[in-house]
Amino acid sequence: MSTDLSLAPGPSAVLAEEAGVEAGDAAGAAGTVGGVAAGGAPGRRRRRLPALTVVASFALLGLVVAWALLPALFGHADPYAGVPSEKLAGPSPAHWFGTDTTGRDLFTRVVYGARYSLLGGAVAVTVGLVAGTAIGVLAGTIGGILDEALMRVVDVLLAIPALLLSLSVIILLGFGTTSVAIAVGVTSVAAFARLSRSEVARVRRTEYVEAAFGSGGRWWQVLLRHVLPNSLTAVLALAALQFGTAILAISTLGFLGYGAPPPTPEWGLLIAEGRNYLATAWWLTTLPGIVVVLTVLAANRVSVWIARRSEA
Amino acid sequence: MSYVAGRVASALGVLLAAFTLAFLLLQALPGDAVMIRFESPELGLSPEQIATIRESYGADAGLLTQYGHALAGAVQGDFGFSAATGAPVRVLIGEAIGSTVLLAVLGLLTATVLAVALAVAATLLPWSWLAGAIRSLPSLFVSVPVFWLGIVLVQIFSFRLGWISVIRPGPLEGLILPVLTLAVPISAPLAQILLRSIDTARAAPFVGVVRAKGASEGWLLANNVLRNAAVPALTIAGVLLGELIGGAVVTETVFARYGIGRITADALATQDVPVLQAIVVLAAAAFVVVNLGVDLLAPIVDPRLRRRAAA
Repeated sequence: MSTDLSLAPGPSAVLAEEAGVEAGDAAGAAGTVGGVAAGGAPGRRRRRLPALTVVASFALLGLVVAWALLPALFGHADPYAGVPSEKLAGPSPAHWFGTDTTGRDLFTRVVYGARYSLLGGAVAVTVGLVAGTAIGVLAGTIGGILDEALMRVVDVLLAIPALLLSLSVIILLGFGTTSVAIAVGVTSVAAFARLSRSEVARVRRTEYVEAAFGSGGRWWQVLLRHVLPNSLTAVLALAALQFGTAILAISTLGFLGYGAPPPTPEWGLLIAEGRNYLATAWWLTTLPGIVVVLTVLAANRVSVWIARRSEA
Repeated sequence: MSYVAGRVASALGVLLAAFTLAFLLLQALPGDAVMIRFESPELGLSPEQIATIRESYGADAGLLTQYGHALAGAVQGDFGFSAATGAPVRVLIGEAIGSTVLLAVLGLLTATVLAVALAVAATLLPWSWLAGAIRSLPSLFVSVPVFWLGIVLVQIFSFRLGWISVIRPGPLEGLILPVLTLAVPISAPLAQILLRSIDTARAAPFVGVVRAKGASEGWLLANNVLRNAAVPALTIAGVLLGELIGGAVVTETVFARYGIGRITADALATQDVPVLQAIVVLAAAAFVVVNLGVDLLAPIVDPRLRRRAAA
């Protein structure tokens, strides 16, 4: 299987590449693809420019988190009860995102829907992080047959397309927001497992870990004190990336109708409901979609930033 | 030769494991689909009749026996019968797979053209602000939900501009928007990997020599750089395939096309395990075959890999 790794970049690297143009550094941090030829001068210029997009990304994510925590502060209308006389009104100062077929304020519904995406994304990342890191760390520290067996399981998880894998989990767990979140989390287990295994392998070779073993440290002590803290940045960068991917996947499954039932203002479901009014009310599908795109873009940007910081 | 044998054996191992996982995962379902279909009071079947039906489906046998039967069938391309409609799974999938494969192949071709165009434009354009903007396009593309992109494209090209008819478009006309929807997100990782390896190759010493001999940037890109950049792009073929299959399922739903996507959605709605199982196993098989092909092809395309493969 070592030939496999040498020919193809690991999934973490490929996933990291999806994060952004400058993700070469993220992939390098993941220990699979390195050596992007960024000269000193363009590197310095680039470092100052993205700062603005990083700040904007954090601000946007902060705003969406605030929507999720305190939706009543941002959406002034009722997310479930509409005013029939104002139905299907276009965007205006009174209704920023317009209104839907029953006269509900779409912006308010998007604000109230933030919690489903964010909570789902958090659950998904937790599932992938905990299960994946456990598999990767076990495989990397114990090695031998266990390593072989666990990595075969990871190979299988990678061989099944993410959407089909999450649909298989959903048919098992039933429809609903929680099962969608868990199902999306399962698809990221493989990436976390490969990353943490390669991180463990990398840190194990360092001199201070050898010194810790040499001075009588037990393997779990060394693991907790040295290996895990030193793998943190790479894992965090992947977590931020997977968070964006999870929001995308959750909205897709919501759109397909496997998530929360109507009238829940889940983002994917909002877009699905607006589909029947493409000719008359463009805002019903376009505007919630833009919110999804911006949120995912921001999460990806933060991921790249975390990975680059570890380089510096 | 041992390299090839090793790769094939490893590919078969992954495939068998994928089948086993799909079997275990889906066989563990709470109520099996046969029961859901035949226990409904409308049919008015007696418990004995239901038991006979279960027997004919093999649902009463032990897990290991069922696994053996399913595996032996799958090897011969027989995935049993749909629990919801009773039709052979092979026939169901056979009818749907053509349109999905057509969509996926056209999507991949369009994505490749798009990715190469983006990478070349970002490298050759003399205006740095425009090149920079093009460079950041792939990170935008990966953040766009496929289903939403499809809807927006319909919105723009069918409803605003009226270029593509929504009601009964011709066979070719009906393919344009789905293919475009599928191609945009697939092109993003491809463009990123191309851009990265173009940057690496352009910084290589031999390129400096060719440049010093008077080659233009365009000539350099076409004759020296792109070939070097192709190998890394080849290695993500498996990942792209997964995205292609998932994207095709979603695209078919958005554009109400008949295909694997429709069958998957129906299987989910009726808890039709044999159908979903077959689709998952076929997708994994496609992934394994593509990766095996890449592993075997890469040393041929890139002579530097031959030494490593031989070792």
